[in-house]
This record gives sequence, C-alpha cells and structure tokens, in this order.
Amino acid sequence: MTLDTNSLTALDDQFRESRTRTTVTNWTPPSSEPTPRRIGGLRRTDVLAVTGAAASALGVTALLFTLLPLSGALGFIVIAYLLFVVVYAVLVSMDETRSAVRDRVAATIIHSIAFLMLLALVFVVVFTVLRGWEALVNSNFYTQDMAAAGPLDPLDMGGVLHAIVGTLIIIAIALVIVIPLGIACAVFLNEIPGAFSRLVRTITEAMTALPSIVAGLFIYASLILIFGLPKSGFAAALAISVMMLPIMIRSADVVLRLVPGSLKEAAYALGAGQWSTVWRVTLPTAKSGLMTSIILGTAMGIGETAPVLLTAGFTASLNTNPTTGPMISLPLATWEFVKSPEPSMIARGFGTAAVLMLLVLILFAIARIIGGRGPGNLTKFQQRRRAKRSREDSQRFTKMAAARVASGEPDAGTSSGPRSLDFGDPR
Amino acid sequence: MATTFTPVDRGSYEDVEPRQITITRSFTDQFFRGTLRSSGIAVLVIMTLVGLFLSARALEALRVAGPSFITTQVWEPDGGQFGIAAILAGTVFIAFTAIIIVIPLSTAVALYISEYAPRAIKQSLVALVDLMAAVPSVVFGLWGFFFLQNHMIGISRWISTYFGWIPIFSVEGSDPNDPLSTATVFTSSTFIAAVVVAIMVAPFTTAVMREVFSQAPVGEREGAYALGATKWGMIRSVVIPFGKGGMIGGTMLGLGRALGETIVVALIISPVFIIQPHILQNGTNSVAALIALRYGEATPFGTSALMAAGLALFLITLVVNFAASSVIARTRSGAATDE
Repeated sequence: MTLDTNSLTALDDQFRESRTRTTVTNWTPPSSEPTPRRIGGLRRTDVLAVTGAAASALGVTALLFTLLPLSGALGFIVIAYLLFVVVYAVLVSMDETRSAVRDRVAATIIHSIAFLMLLALVFVVVFTVLRGWEALVNSNFYTQDMAAAGPLDPLDMGGVLHAIVGTLIIIAIALVIVIPLGIACAVFLNEIPGAFSRLVRTITEAMTALPSIVAGLFIYASLILIFGLPKSGFAAALAISVMMLPIMIRSADVVLRLVPGSLKEAAYALGAGQWSTVWRVTLPTAKSGLMTSIILGTAMGIGETAPVLLTAGFTASLNTNPTTGPMISLPLATWEFVKSPEPSMIARGFGTAAVLMLLVLILFAIARIIGGRGPGNLTKFQQRRRAKRSREDSQRFTKMAAARVASGEPDAGTSSGPRSLDFGDPR
Repeated sequence: MATTFTPVDRGSYEDVEPRQITITRSFTDQFFRGTLRSSGIAVLVIMTLVGLFLSARALEALRVAGPSFITTQVWEPDGGQFGIAAILAGTVFIAFTAIIIVIPLSTAVALYISEYAPRAIKQSLVALVDLMAAVPSVVFGLWGFFFLQNHMIGISRWISTYFGWIPIFSVEGSDPNDPLSTATVFTSSTFIAAVVVAIMVAPFTTAVMREVFSQAPVGEREGAYALGATKWGMIRSVVIPFGKGGMIGGTMLGLGRALGETIVVALIISPVFIIQPHILQNGTNSVAALIALRYGEATPFGTSALMAAGLALFLITLVVNFAASSVIARTRSGAATDE
C-alpha cells in the first residue's frame, strides 16, 4: 500500500473535523436510563432461521420424494435433516460471520446427536418394560417359580421367584467375600506404600481387564472340572467375586486416596496410632465414597450373565441352598427364556430383564442417596449430630478441668507430661 | 513469603547428625498392619492363581496347536485343528466398529451435557447416563435382538447398495437390482452386533468424557470468550484440548468393554469360523461368544483350547487397558478419569 500526501492530508482533515465535532458538541444526556445490552436469549432472527430452515427442508424433501423414486420413513428423516442443516447454515450466513455459522451448525449437530442418543437409551429401557408388561402385571410372576409351568403355559402360571432369590443369594455370598477383602486390600495399598503394594496395585489393575466370561471359565475349569464340585450358586458367587474384586479394589483405592492428608496427620499429631487413624478418621471420611463404589460394583455384579452362565447351572425350581444343586440368576433366566421361540416365554424373558433393571435402579438410588458427597461434606442431619457431640465434648472437658481443680492439682489447664487422650466416640 | 535465612555460625552445623527416627508401633498397629499385608497377599495370590491357572491350562492346547493357533481359522479342538484367527478377527472387527460409532455419539452427548444442556435438566441427564452405564448388558442384548435387528436390515442394505464398492461394505449374495433378493444375508452381522455394543458402551464412555469436559478450567473458558470466541470456538480451543486425554482414555476403556462383551454378541451373531471382513454380511464371531456357546459341550481338551482363546482375549484387553491408563496419566485432564 502506498500513501501519498494527498490522502494523508485528507485523513488529517477528516480527523480535525471529527475532533471539532466531538469537542463542540452540546451533548444532552438521554432522558431515560440506558437499556442494558442484551447478552443472551433468543432473537427474532434465530427463531426465523430455524423455522425457515425446517419448513424449507421438509418442503424440499417432500418434493424430492414425489418426484424421485425414493421411499421409507428413515430416508425421509435423514434427507430432511441434512437439508435442514444446509439451509440453516445458509440462512445464518446471511447476517452472521463465518465463525458464527460454524458455531450454529456445531450446536445443531451436537443437540441432535445427543437427543437421538438419549432417546435411544431411554427407549431401550421402555422397550424392555413394554415387551415384558404382560408378564409383569401378573402377581404370580413374583411369587412362583417355573417348576410347574411349561413353555406352553399362559403367563398367569409360573414366575421368576427362583431367579430373584438366586440372584440375591449369589450376590450376597459374593459381597461377603469381596467387601472385606477388597476394602482391606485398598486400605493396604494406601497405608503401607512400598514395592510390594505397588506390585499388588499393578496386578489388580491388570486384572480389571479380565473379561467376565474368562472369570467364569476359570471357576468352571478349576472348581467344577478339576475338583468335581457340582454347578451351584456358590460356584457362581466365586466367579462373580473373581470378577468384582479387582474392580472394587480399584474404585475403593481411588476413594481412599481422596481423604485429605491433613486429617490423617492431625490424628497422628494427637497421638493416635495407625489403626485408630484408619478406623476413626480415614474410613469414616471416605464412607460415602466407599458405599458408592460397593453399590455400583454390586449393580455390575448382579447384571453379569456370562460367569453365572458357566458356573450356576440351570434350574426351573426354587433352590435356596447355594452349596447343592443348580441355581439361577435373573440375567441367566432372561437368557434362557428368550432362547425359546414361544411368545409367552419371550415375554417372561423381557419381564425378567425388567425386574433385573428395577433391582439395579433401587441399588443406584441407594448409591445416590448415600454417596454423591465428597469426603467431609456432611448432610444437615450429620452436621447437627456432630455439633451435638462437640458440645458434649466441651462440657466433658469443663467437668474434667473442674474435677482436677477440686482434687487440688496445681495447674489443670496446662498440666505437663504425657497423659492419655480420650477422643470419645468419633462416630 | 520468602524469608532470608542467614546461619549465624556455619561451622556449628557440620557435626550435627540427623535425628534418628524410630517408630515404635503398638501391638494393635502391628496386628493391623499384619492383617492389611495378608489381605494384600491374599488378593495377589488369588489374582496370580487365576492368571497362572489360565496360562497353564491354555498351554496344553497351545502345545498341541503350535504357532498355527494364531493362523488357523476353524475351531475343531478335538480334531486337532483349531486357531483364533477367525474369532479374534471377529472380536476386533466388532469392537472397532462399535468404537467408531461410539466416539462421535459419546463426544456429542458429553459436550451437550457439559456445555449446552439447560441447568435445570443437567443433573438429571448426568444421573440418566450414569444409570444407563449400570444397566445390565442382557437388556441391551434383548433390545438389539428383538428390535434393532429388524430395523437395521434396511440401513445395511442401503449402505451395501451405495457403498458396496468399498470392500468392507460389500455383501456377497445380495443384488441391489433384484427386488426379491433375500434380506437374511444382512442379519446377525458384525455391524448389527457392533451397533448394539456401541449403545451399551456409550453411556460408560460418555460418563468419563463428561467428567473431564466439565473440569475444563473456567478461567480458560472465559479467556476464550473474552478473545471473541463463539461457544463452538471455545469448545474447540479449550474444552476439547483439555479433555483430549480423558476422551482417549474413556474410549479405550470402552474398547476394553466392547472386546469382552459376551451376551449381546452371543445373542445377535450367527457364528462362522472364517475371517469375515464384510461387516454387513451375515455371520461373524467373537472369543467371548465362542466360550459362552461352546463351553458346555467341550471335552477337557476343548476346554483348555477355550482357555487359550480366553487368554488371548485377556492379553488384548490388558494391553488396551494399560495403554488407556498411560494415556490418561500423561494428560492434564487425566486425574478425573480414575473411576
């Protein structure tokens, strides 16, 4: 670009003119308060662009479908959607910049994919409940087993009581094994660091990759084929434990790591040992997180089909003894039901899956109520309880000091030398 | 605040020895530490036992099969002819197709929940996604088998008609010009199994991604806005770069799940024992489904052959998981993706 003297002079003139204008203005303040700048919300052009794009996309697609040999509802939706995006981009580009157009198009695509995906997820659940509805409305579905009901029997005979009971027994045994061992191991990883705990952590992390069917195959090939134990609920519980244990340890480990170090150090500084620090400080602080990880692990263990398929056997009748005889769980029962071509059995399969989902939902709700709070965040009720305990402590201390003064101790408040600290009941 | 510290007499420090710290633990603490250690040992023993037992049993089969275990496609353990070429290829095809579907879906849902969703419904959406991650896989399997299968045939046919010239989309035995050609060549395919696995894995991946997206620093977000970025510009320049590690890690954890998925795949596929690279074509296979369908009739040797297949699957999942955790550990957003 070249600048000649003429244009410079012209610029100078313009500048001088503008300066004159600004200095010699008799500016009057606006009569009313200035309206605040709009920083959000819908503008009329936005609404017009969307409705216009939608209308034109629908119109053009309808025209295409009458003129060209196209058919199918899905094709209509896809073509209309693509046209909508294109037309919308064109409309926005009429009064916005390029980056604003990109912004709008990205927002459109993200909104539509998210809507589609969430719809699909909800639909999976609704579909299961709808298909199982005929089975679910019969009360015998929850109170009977399938011992007396054949595949051709109507839905007012037979039920999945045996599978519900089987699931609960299997998961209870698995939890009895997994919770103490898993939490103790997670505490070990956090409390006794060193080469050995690093090894355990690495191996545990590696085992989270174990596919659930391989865990089932392990129990099947070792306990059942080699030791000759029958297929039973106990074997299934062991298979589920092998699968759940590394996952539980890993999530408990993460939760325990979140406990603030200052809390533990405060306990040590007050003279508490490692055991009382863990029992009275670390575990209570991490309680909600630990509960969440236990409950989510349980939900996963309940829904797992593959290990149970290999180890529990199959039965149509109620069996409450985990050590003898085959046992069945809800996901396995679903799998067995839907293998039948009979519509009533398929309805039972969907009903069973719905019961299973309900069970998971209940566990999930419990997890939400208990968990969902970081360490140290208390509910109102817990706060009130803690305040009450604190008051009691302070009263106790006052009484102790008064007693000491009464018994003639010289300086009760600043007595030197070690004395046993009474922490009271921390829970 | 920095305080300057000038030692008064430098010489006097030289003969000072560090204080000897001796920890005397009470009996309770010693007992407690012993218990913790033994629980660590117990877990280690169980885990190694599983690994060793699997490998030992798998070795029996591997010794018979030799290197042909990797290259053979058929699965006849009792006839001496068996290998994982076909089933492992099927597993990998299903898992990768699923992951390719999952990546855009999960990213979009996670971005929607963390960036676009109105505040009123945000928490419920988070809960919904978390809940869907806990829904048992058999439920997704039922949906895929009884609903999606019938509706996917049209899409499969359309893709094979217009994109059949791309090798993986071609389908033998279907003629787009013949209106009476059978639809059964499109059922029970890798693609359909992958779509269901994708829907099953998506909530899990979405939950991880949403977590890292929502942790993108507010200061950087507002910096982008202050420089004149649109919302999408802010997402592209702040949220996605920040969340990249979590995105990759979450996707790989999802891949690990997709590889080991049993029931969904076993419900949908019709097993074949050839490498089936045409993902729209009927017939595929996977290791987990093979074990679920074959364990019952397997002889002791057949079981150890299944073990060998299971071990191969375990090793692949292991590599994927370790890769995921190393990716996560190396990035800024990684801290959040520890479950």
